[in-house]
Amino acid sequence: MEFDVNIIVTTFPLYLRGLGTTLQLVAIALACGMLLALPLGVIRAMEYPWLGRMVGAYTYFFRSTPMLVQLLMVYYGFGQFKWLQAQWDAENRFWLLFREPYFCACLAFSLNTAAYTAEIIAGAIRNSPVGEIEAAKAMGMSWSLRMRRIILPGAFRRMMQSYSNEVILMLQGSAIASAVTLNDLTGAGRTVYARFYAPFEAFVFTGLMYLLLTFIVLGLFKLAERKWLAHLRPRGA
Amino acid sequence: MWYDYLGSILEGAWLTLQLSLLSLLCAIVFGLLTASARLAPVAALRWLAAGYTTVIRGIPDIVLMLLVFFGGQMLINDVAYRYDLEPIEFNPFWAGIVTIGFIFGAYFGETFRGAFMAVPRGQLEAGAAFGLSSWQVFSRILVPQMLRFALPGLGNNWLVLLKSTAIVSMIGLTDMTWLADQAGRSTRQPFLFYLIVCVLYMLLTACSGVVLRRVDVRYNAGVVKGEL
Amino acid sequence: MKKLLGIALLGATLVSGMAQAKDWTLIRVGIEAAYPPFNELTPDKKVVGFDKDMADAICSYLKAKCTFVIQDWDGMIPALMSRRFDTIISSMASTAERKQKIAFTRPYYNTPAFFVIKKGSNLNVDSPAAMKGKRIGVQSATIHQNYVNEFYQKAGAEVTAYQSLDQVYMDLVAGRLDAVLFGSVENDTFLASKDGAGYVMAGKPLLDPKWFGEGAAIAVRKEDGDLRKRLDDAVDALHKNGTYDKIRKKYFAYDIWPKSGS
Repeated sequence: MEFDVNIIVTTFPLYLRGLGTTLQLVAIALACGMLLALPLGVIRAMEYPWLGRMVGAYTYFFRSTPMLVQLLMVYYGFGQFKWLQAQWDAENRFWLLFREPYFCACLAFSLNTAAYTAEIIAGAIRNSPVGEIEAAKAMGMSWSLRMRRIILPGAFRRMMQSYSNEVILMLQGSAIASAVTLNDLTGAGRTVYARFYAPFEAFVFTGLMYLLLTFIVLGLFKLAERKWLAHLRPRGA
Repeated sequence: MWYDYLGSILEGAWLTLQLSLLSLLCAIVFGLLTASARLAPVAALRWLAAGYTTVIRGIPDIVLMLLVFFGGQMLINDVAYRYDLEPIEFNPFWAGIVTIGFIFGAYFGETFRGAFMAVPRGQLEAGAAFGLSSWQVFSRILVPQMLRFALPGLGNNWLVLLKSTAIVSMIGLTDMTWLADQAGRSTRQPFLFYLIVCVLYMLLTACSGVVLRRVDVRYNAGVVKGEL
Repeated sequence: MKKLLGIALLGATLVSGMAQAKDWTLIRVGIEAAYPPFNELTPDKKVVGFDKDMADAICSYLKAKCTFVIQDWDGMIPALMSRRFDTIISSMASTAERKQKIAFTRPYYNTPAFFVIKKGSNLNVDSPAAMKGKRIGVQSATIHQNYVNEFYQKAGAEVTAYQSLDQVYMDLVAGRLDAVLFGSVENDTFLASKDGAGYVMAGKPLLDPKWFGEGAAIAVRKEDGDLRKRLDDAVDALHKNGTYDKIRKKYFAYDIWPKSGS
């Protein structure tokens, strides 16, 4: 069994395009997911009776079912409905989005990561030191000011570790995008595999690319921790 | 009709459950080995375990599965061919279990490592002082106490593992996701069948929650908690 | 100790069952089970279709016991090469490209490929230039994908490759695709279904052996020349003794036996 590097060299453009798709998908999902998770996380932490329960149901659904099924549901599942097909025929701008696999993947990934991130944020808010909150109240800070200046900044620092895990999970979770015809990094690997029948060349290289991306993400979080969590660093000798 | 498929999807759900439980067992074995290696006095072992953990956690499940399923199969048969052995049959069900176990072994290893370190050293020394062998110290003192610290992490990892089994459908194992996918295409009602899979997964998650809480109570017996 | 035993057991089961000796009394057949009407899965998980019936007839002719292994299409050839099964009887076209890796028997059927489009959409599917900007769906790792990529994608059409046939037709009906490319028999089955009412086959029949091969044939590993010989004889004999036509009539009203017959 020989490892044919030529296969990787000739298909490199394919991998590069796949890498681009993966990066875009993950970046969009993380950004949209964070935007959605912020209010949801606050609602979840504040324990509003009805709203909180609804958010809880949302996070429960997305956290207890596989993202692959969620993705297939958005793409093939929604596409089945005659009503939606009629909207496509009528060129309705908004619903036309659901025709594109790219949008469907972004939507499914965003909703998924938002559910996890909301729980992370809620957890970090709940762990706010009582003293900090009481001090803020004693200073006469309003709820929104307290949130903005005291609770959220503290919560973000506390959630750094678990959020970095979520980012890496999202990066790896995005590898299922090829199930809805998208040519992401894994899709590129599968194409190369089907064309050359060479599993090692195709998937070892794909794996290395993901490994590299993971290291980059971890490195970025290390930098962020150095900046935002400087006060927690052990003092140098 | 759509309900004709229910029976086979429930069969698929049973396969998913078997696959998950056996993978869990396998992952616990890999995890214990990794944790032991990471805490071993031999530097080479520590490096090996750290490398395994880093690499596995940096590569998506699906890529690793594709690699093991197709690459592993090819490699084993190539070796067999070279040494003039009979070709070996690759059972996809067991290959899936070992692959998932191997992947999650890296995550379980981290959980176990933390839990091992949380057991007070004095307990182990006391055991040794009583004349217990190192195996007895491990199985009677270290593991029962370590489990208490490991349980929350194990519970989380189990839920992630359960959901990861859906990915085996992408490499052609006929689990419930694969069967539902197939049924959805044949009947042109994919939404309904994906919904059924979601409900089944939520059911499994809910049941796991109940069991985990029971186990948690069992292993936290006798732990005194401070009143908040 | 128990743990070690467990691992050993697990390992033993993983590599369980040394494959049978080479007298081919047991043949493991790879089949996609998602390519109606040639092969598909019933609700109770039985493989049915023309390919399945052919495989059964071949096996009983060879007095061999056949087991069927379901395999997704894009992993079909690698799975054969890595010995997950011994032969592919799953409507695989015998092409020069595939022959570099695996061997084929004589073809057992050959049908032209056609595009399917919406009735009244009046697409000129024969002209790649006219299909510029149109969305064409194919199954991945097929002759149809190779053809469309070479002529239509390069001319500016938007080509999407799917894992299975049903997904392609599903997205055609949903309106995500303007045209799809499959063999005439697959298309006929789709057009006769409830979903296919508003659709038609269009353009000229596509048969160029350079792109579409010599027809669907049975695939084996290159080193199993003896198995290939047996399967070859079986296909010929079944055609001569009328079994082939009996099976064919169960599914199709017209003959699909390869004309040239190499």
